Amino acid sequence: MKNIIKMSLRNLLRSGRRTALTASLITIGVVFVLVYAALSGSFKAYMVGQITDSMLGHVQIHKKGYVASIDSLPLDKNLNQKQIEKITEFLDDNPYIESYTFRLKLGAMFSNYIASTSVRLNGINPKKETQTLPLFASRIDGSDPSSLKEGSIIVPELLAKGMNIKKDDTIVLVATNQKGSVNGLNFKVAGTSETVSGPGGRDGYIHINDVKKLLRIKQVEVSEVVVRLKDVDQLYKAMQLLKPLTLLKNEKDKPLFEIHTWEKLSPFYNIVKMLDIMDISIKIILISIVLISILNVMVMSVYERIKEIGTIAAMGTTPSTISKLFLTEGLMLGIFGTILGAMLSYVIVFVINTIGITFSFGRQDNLTLNPVLNFNEVLVVSIIVIIISLIASISPARKASKLNPVDALRQN
Amino acid sequence: MISNEHVSKVYKMGEVDLRVIKDLNLQVSHGEFVAIVGPSGSGKSTVLNLLGCLDKPTEGKILIDETDVTQLDTTALANFRGENIGFIFQSFNLIPVLSVYENIEYPLIMIQNLPEQERHKRIMELLKDVDMLDQKDKFPDQLSGGQRQRVAIARALVTKPKIVFADEPTANLDTKTSNQIITLMRNIQQEFNTTFIFATHDEKIVRVVDRIITLVDGVVTDDKRIAS
Repeated sequence: MKNIIKMSLRNLLRSGRRTALTASLITIGVVFVLVYAALSGSFKAYMVGQITDSMLGHVQIHKKGYVASIDSLPLDKNLNQKQIEKITEFLDDNPYIESYTFRLKLGAMFSNYIASTSVRLNGINPKKETQTLPLFASRIDGSDPSSLKEGSIIVPELLAKGMNIKKDDTIVLVATNQKGSVNGLNFKVAGTSETVSGPGGRDGYIHINDVKKLLRIKQVEVSEVVVRLKDVDQLYKAMQLLKPLTLLKNEKDKPLFEIHTWEKLSPFYNIVKMLDIMDISIKIILISIVLISILNVMVMSVYERIKEIGTIAAMGTTPSTISKLFLTEGLMLGIFGTILGAMLSYVIVFVINTIGITFSFGRQDNLTLNPVLNFNEVLVVSIIVIIISLIASISPARKASKLNPVDALRQN
Repeated sequence: MISNEHVSKVYKMGEVDLRVIKDLNLQVSHGEFVAIVGPSGSGKSTVLNLLGCLDKPTEGKILIDETDVTQLDTTALANFRGENIGFIFQSFNLIPVLSVYENIEYPLIMIQNLPEQERHKRIMELLKDVDMLDQKDKFPDQLSGGQRQRVAIARALVTKPKIVFADEPTANLDTKTSNQIITLMRNIQQEFNTTFIFATHDEKIVRVVDRIITLVDGVVTDDKRIAS
């Protein structure tokens, strides 16, 4: 084998320029895939982090049917005390869960005494909310949401700008409870909030106790339970442990609860999936580059060396050894290209991290992408390239091994 | 040691069958220095290819040391060539990426898989015999035609073959170099009792061989032994 490698290496060096060109094509392909994977991985991780850590959490639990009618924020689909206790029981026993918080949501009318509009209100427990959503505070301007007091409101930025509302202004919220009774309360503006995707949206935040006052309810009621996991990669294990909750039935033998992961709740998950598909597409392009370039160079190599193949066959080299010679050449091309590509990718990722690519997102400026070259990704791409190099060499190697020595020796 | 009975070779040229060798019956003994001569297209190279186990006859059988080589498959035939047969080609056919030493070493590594010490001993002896010891690290493109053919001869002999087939070995060489190469082959034949079979037009070879087989249109028309 050592001699086959030596021969193959020398044959590759014999056509140095062609070898360099082919290897560099593979290198460029590998660099493209790995750097893209590192950048898109960084972007995905950042976006997923933003969405789960500032708004959605990793998992949400609702009464069955709530999510389907979430646009109208139905009060009749809130969870009652008994149901909350049941959920709490499961959450406290789940080792993957770091924290959770309850929200009571409703639709209300918002007025600054001059104009009125509708608003979506989230009744929150400020401490638990900021604990479960560590980036929640980054979306709020003007106050620390963990110390949101009763009687205060965080106004959606869209309304604040449109209605010229400033911090410490007083506004009125008017809401109708389940029995049809209308109630209004004054609130002091504590700050403004933007949604994850920027300053749009109509979600305002008040203390959960204020929602109860506004709706004039005495009993404990919750619209959704937001759950944060210790490690988002353990999402499916955590979901397995929560699954029995979805099997619980009400008196009408209908499911009581519904549980959704952030993937189901966020439209960004589709973008994540698109990024993953692009990742696969780029890998397919890489495979094509490797396949075509190695196939091309190996076919050329066989045609150029027909007489030489005839000579070594005449001397007694078996067809399998001839085949191995060409397979090794193709394989070495793939290995060179991959090693160079992987090394170059590490350098490029290092340079990107050193320079720092920044971008702005909503209220947050100078966000830096931190691409990380995952070793497993490097390994997978390397294995793909090497296997494809071998596959691309099979046909030329087979052709070389099948050459009739007499015909081959006749070639000039 | 080489014997063949009723050997014919037919090539298909489209719809037409071209019978290039017709009922060849030859016996060649150990250590013979034989020239196959004849006009172009008479079938000299085809006979060499058949006897050298590079090609299979359409009819008849070829026995080399009692092995019916016509019955061997491609791999077995390759192994048989590697163990028993050496080739010298008109255009030398050295492997350009290997040095002189490595070209001679190639069949010992890739075919006979000999240990390094024995390989080295054999190669150095042969390099001395063909007077190429001081050129051993050069590559084929750094050598003259005569030097290349010397290397090709050393490569053909390094496996200690029983028979060496040489197809127009002097055709690309000048007269002086041709004479040197012929003398070299003759000396080797006498020293190692190796059988040499040439396909040639070269009078200089014909003058030194023990036997001249004349081929015309694929048929042996004359088989003459020369008294030494």
